[in-house]
Amino acid sequence: MQSDNLVEIAGVAFGYGARPILKGINLTARRGQVVAIMGSSGCGKTTLLRLIGGQIKPGQGSVRVAGESVADLDQAGLYRLRRKMGMLFQFGALFTDMSVFDNVAFQLREHTDLPEDAIRDLVLMKLNAVGLRGAARLMPAELSGGMARRVALARAIALDPMLVMYDEPFAGLDPISLGVTGNLIRRLTDTLGLTSLLVTHDVQESLKIVDYVYFVSEGVVVAEGTANEIRASDLPYVHQFVHGEADGPVPFHYPAPAYADDLGLGQKRA
Amino acid sequence: MPTIWAWGRNVLKRALENLGNSTVQGVWRMGFATRFFLAVLMHSGTAFRRFGLTIREMYFTGVLSLIIILVSGLFVGMVLGLQGYETLQTYGSEEALGVLVALSLVRELGPVVAALLFASRAGSAITAEIGLMKATEQLSAMEMMAVDPIARVVAPRFWAGVISMPLLAALFSAMGVLGGYLVGVQLIGVDEGSFWSQMQSAVDFEQDILNGVIKSVVFGVAITAIALFEGYDAPPTAEGVSGATTRTVVTSSLAVLALDFVLTAFMFRGLN
Repeated sequence: MQSDNLVEIAGVAFGYGARPILKGINLTARRGQVVAIMGSSGCGKTTLLRLIGGQIKPGQGSVRVAGESVADLDQAGLYRLRRKMGMLFQFGALFTDMSVFDNVAFQLREHTDLPEDAIRDLVLMKLNAVGLRGAARLMPAELSGGMARRVALARAIALDPMLVMYDEPFAGLDPISLGVTGNLIRRLTDTLGLTSLLVTHDVQESLKIVDYVYFVSEGVVVAEGTANEIRASDLPYVHQFVHGEADGPVPFHYPAPAYADDLGLGQKRA
Repeated sequence: MPTIWAWGRNVLKRALENLGNSTVQGVWRMGFATRFFLAVLMHSGTAFRRFGLTIREMYFTGVLSLIIILVSGLFVGMVLGLQGYETLQTYGSEEALGVLVALSLVRELGPVVAALLFASRAGSAITAEIGLMKATEQLSAMEMMAVDPIARVVAPRFWAGVISMPLLAALFSAMGVLGGYLVGVQLIGVDEGSFWSQMQSAVDFEQDILNGVIKSVVFGVAITAIALFEGYDAPPTAEGVSGATTRTVVTSSLAVLALDFVLTAFMFRGLN
């Protein structure tokens, strides 16, 4: 029987060199849900997506997608799994030497033998879903940041994946594009029956659309719950994050010696 | 006194550490470059199965380098005509100008100068393009779409460079001969019949032309492989890409000159 959980991360630890990034993460994403992973910049959110996509392997623990252990797959197995995944990179990562149309058609041309007529129809349908059918002939350099993100989204869903991962989908967007992107993620998840995993630090926008939230700090999950549970949470870290307070469990100051010592006031001057 | 000793010991220790570190880094990088090169060769199937991808890259690396190659070839040939005439005239053998111009170009200047120009025009562009594709996560995106960037992006560029280089060198030599003819025959007045007939009888297909082609193929492999590796290995920052572009031009130019010496030593040592 197919498991309810599409992504299962258990006890995952990972570090770049001697610097540990993740120290035992447990996380699951159920099919058909929009799940957000939140945390301050540099807490290892993007690393988690790279682990799920198999671009890096965990030091400890297991990452399973659709029941398969990602780290144990060979390249052919990994590529087979990735055809069922879509990924939206932070700034879109559109191929700059191809038009919007060719960007969305890329995977269809690489992985299917569909005739060009069918590819054209499919691409236009995907572009229509993100509201950019009229921009098919434009080059990526002619798009605004929000439009590029939407084209990248159309490209990510080109092969009708079961899982779409979004790396900071709201970063650097104006309020209108922010709302459009958020709604698109929710609508596409519901209509295409896929699972969405988004990594973000935009609390307000994501709480509007997500089913479940994980808060990651210092390499571990410090809080989790539905959007309403998170809003109502009185955990100090979650409270600081949701309300954007400058100081709290996440300190404002980078670790440093005592201020007075640094200014030479804590000791007798020579 | 002990502090000076301690200071000296520290300086020596740091110097040794740096030397060791850069040696290890250098060996590691060489190993990585070799693995990269082998991976490109092993994933070259796509570049030939979908030859359109390679043709497209040949347009960017080869066709767009044409202007600089043709103009430079013409001028190099014209200068050879002038200089050659001056020297040959001293010995009363100015009719041999055609031979001098053709042999200089076909054996040496054609492959080498065209390769140096190719390294600065196309090699730097390849490095910058691949480096920026990496910096803007386009290569990662491709990997996540289950498409191998080595097969789809790197290998077609490699073969495009390898195919373009001998063609560009041949065009450079042809333009050079034309330049030598314009200056020698049309401007100075060397006998046209002697110019062409002596050239025709002196230039040997196997010894001169074929060896020149072999040289330019080897240069094409070296330049394109270096340019692709530098781009692929570039740190994903503005500084990283600019440093990699510079390294491509410097390393591949030096590689061309060094390889030229080695190849010349093997090819022409038995010639009179």
